[in-house]
Amino acid sequence: MAVNADYSAEGKELTISIQGRFDFGSHQDFRNAYERVNEKPKAYRIDLKQTTYLDSSALGMLLLLRDHAGGDSAKVRLVNSNSDVKKILAISNFDKLFEIQ
Amino acid sequence: MLAASEPLTVLIADDNMTDRMLLSSIVRRQGHRVLTASDGQEAIEVFQARRPQLVLLDAMMPVIDGFEAARQIKELAGDALVPIIFLTSMTEEQALVRCLEAGGDDFLAKPYNQVILAAKIKAMDRLRRLQATVLDQRDQITRHHGYLLNEQRVAKAVFDQVAHSGCLSSPNIRYLQSPYALFNGDLLLAAFTPSGGMHLLLGDFTGHGLPAAVGAMPLAEVFYGMTAKGYGMAEILREMNAKLKRILPVDMFCCATLLYLNFQRQVVEVWNGGMPDGYLRRMASDEHIPLRSRHLPLGVLSRASFQEKTEVFSMVPGDRLFLCSDGVIDTADSDEELFGVDRLQRVFELNRNPDLLFEDIHAALKAFRGESRDDVSMVQVEMVEPDSLEQPATIYSDSGASSPLNWSMSLELRADTLKRFNPLPYLLQLLQEIHGLRAQSGALYSVLSELYSNALEHGVLGLDSSLKRDAEGFAQYYDQRNTRLNQLKDGYVRMHFLVQPEGTGGRLTIDVEDSGHGFDARQVIARDAEETGLSGRGLKLIRQLSRSAQWSEDGRSACVEFTWEALA
Repeated sequence: MAVNADYSAEGKELTISIQGRFDFGSHQDFRNAYERVNEKPKAYRIDLKQTTYLDSSALGMLLLLRDHAGGDSAKVRLVNSNSDVKKILAISNFDKLFEIQ
Repeated sequence: MLAASEPLTVLIADDNMTDRMLLSSIVRRQGHRVLTASDGQEAIEVFQARRPQLVLLDAMMPVIDGFEAARQIKELAGDALVPIIFLTSMTEEQALVRCLEAGGDDFLAKPYNQVILAAKIKAMDRLRRLQATVLDQRDQITRHHGYLLNEQRVAKAVFDQVAHSGCLSSPNIRYLQSPYALFNGDLLLAAFTPSGGMHLLLGDFTGHGLPAAVGAMPLAEVFYGMTAKGYGMAEILREMNAKLKRILPVDMFCCATLLYLNFQRQVVEVWNGGMPDGYLRRMASDEHIPLRSRHLPLGVLSRASFQEKTEVFSMVPGDRLFLCSDGVIDTADSDEELFGVDRLQRVFELNRNPDLLFEDIHAALKAFRGESRDDVSMVQVEMVEPDSLEQPATIYSDSGASSPLNWSMSLELRADTLKRFNPLPYLLQLLQEIHGLRAQSGALYSVLSELYSNALEHGVLGLDSSLKRDAEGFAQYYDQRNTRLNQLKDGYVRMHFLVQPEGTGGRLTIDVEDSGHGFDARQVIARDAEETGLSGRGLKLIRQLSRSAQWSEDGRSACVEFTWEALA
């Protein structure tokens, strides 16, 4: 499991990508990824391309990020999720809170 | 002179008196207390009596030699590290190896070098302290683990008082849950509604341990409290969501499925937020209809954006509902492949005896994973005939001395109110103040809710009950109900309650009138008598449960009566 953050100054968008299992083990790394930034991004892009699994504490972390990014006005996209991850997001109906691509 | 950081008690065992005295004076000068022994046997005895922290042991001694003494001292010391340094003039490898094998930690060659001796004592003392720290921490962990288990036991006992006062033991419910499911975040609750229906909730909090368990208590309180007061699913869900949103941190929530089984109408109402699909199994056709998650879990959305929209399905006695926690489909095999929904559905297809469904699922999980797991929750509820389940009598805490016996009340609920307000719990609470009526409160509540929903659905909203003849029309009916209610602009339901003393008891008269077009009451009642389908249960039920029930010619108002005798 590894969490990487990549800020695009042009689009003022922070991309956070998670490799492997996205669960409670990634808690601190995931928080650091969006808390330790110099400039507050306007939008967030969570790249789940290499995420194999996502549990309910990961869903909780996404809610924390959404809260951090402004709650209902937050711009958070979840992109590139595989079919297992998509299913988990669908069961939780997270498409009502996040833009899922 | 090298001063020791802390003086130790050192046992020196040597049969040679000169050597013993020489070594004693060196060790003493280094600041330690010294005990002495002149053979192995004495060394063991002194060790037992005085428990020195370090032992200097001559290998060759009479009675019991150093090797055997070392073995016995190590055994007496138990888990604590008592370093043993062998004193030896031997130089052959084999002899030195024997010293270490017998439990010695180091050796010191004669003649003694004071500096090396001091350094070795210091090094051994460090090891000794390290071991003591490790042991101390181990004991602390054991102790804390004990505390934790005890706290969990107490918390569970308290929680069981709150949560399992429900009706999980009803004969139509089967469930499987680990005794410590609460600390996995799983929650299973069931309770009878005042009108004889049943609410059932399977919930799953984020995370594990105490954080997952704390939210369960308020959720159970809301569930039982509001169910007993006659609130419907919408109000209960709203309250649970608002409460969890308020008390839980942002990253915590509760996935849940809530069911309402209405045995009178033979329907189930379902709300699923974030739980895996449940299933409705129709026994006649062996269909499995998924009860899908349509909502975000409880505790995520604010009060304003929360959706309590439910789905309604018709059932017949014997049909079953199955719910499970995500542990079932999330079970992974050694290659991290998940059990998944398809495999679960396959188990359903192959299942012959519905009473053995859990066993079949367990067997499939075991075959898939190589071992079974005990942290999954499953529940199965069966639709039964009305009034076939025994309900415990409600226990009231007041004396009855203040029971109001002569009053009337009218209320008119207009369009805006009808859209979002359910008056039944308030009315039921009011009517329960009449002690004579309490024995009939189930029937009273059923009749009141039938009258109200008839007035609202057929009267104000103008819905056609014949739509509910088959399962498809049934879904349509509830869709239309939602749409029309949302668009409602005019209309009213009027209710009038009259309570009068009569002999030693009393009489309650309820009039319900609506703004709809009415219906030909005589014809509907006549048809109702033959009807056994999904529609038209309402009027028959009202007639069965109240002492008398009448409809006006135009079908726009109904009047029912309940009477009671003096209480013993």
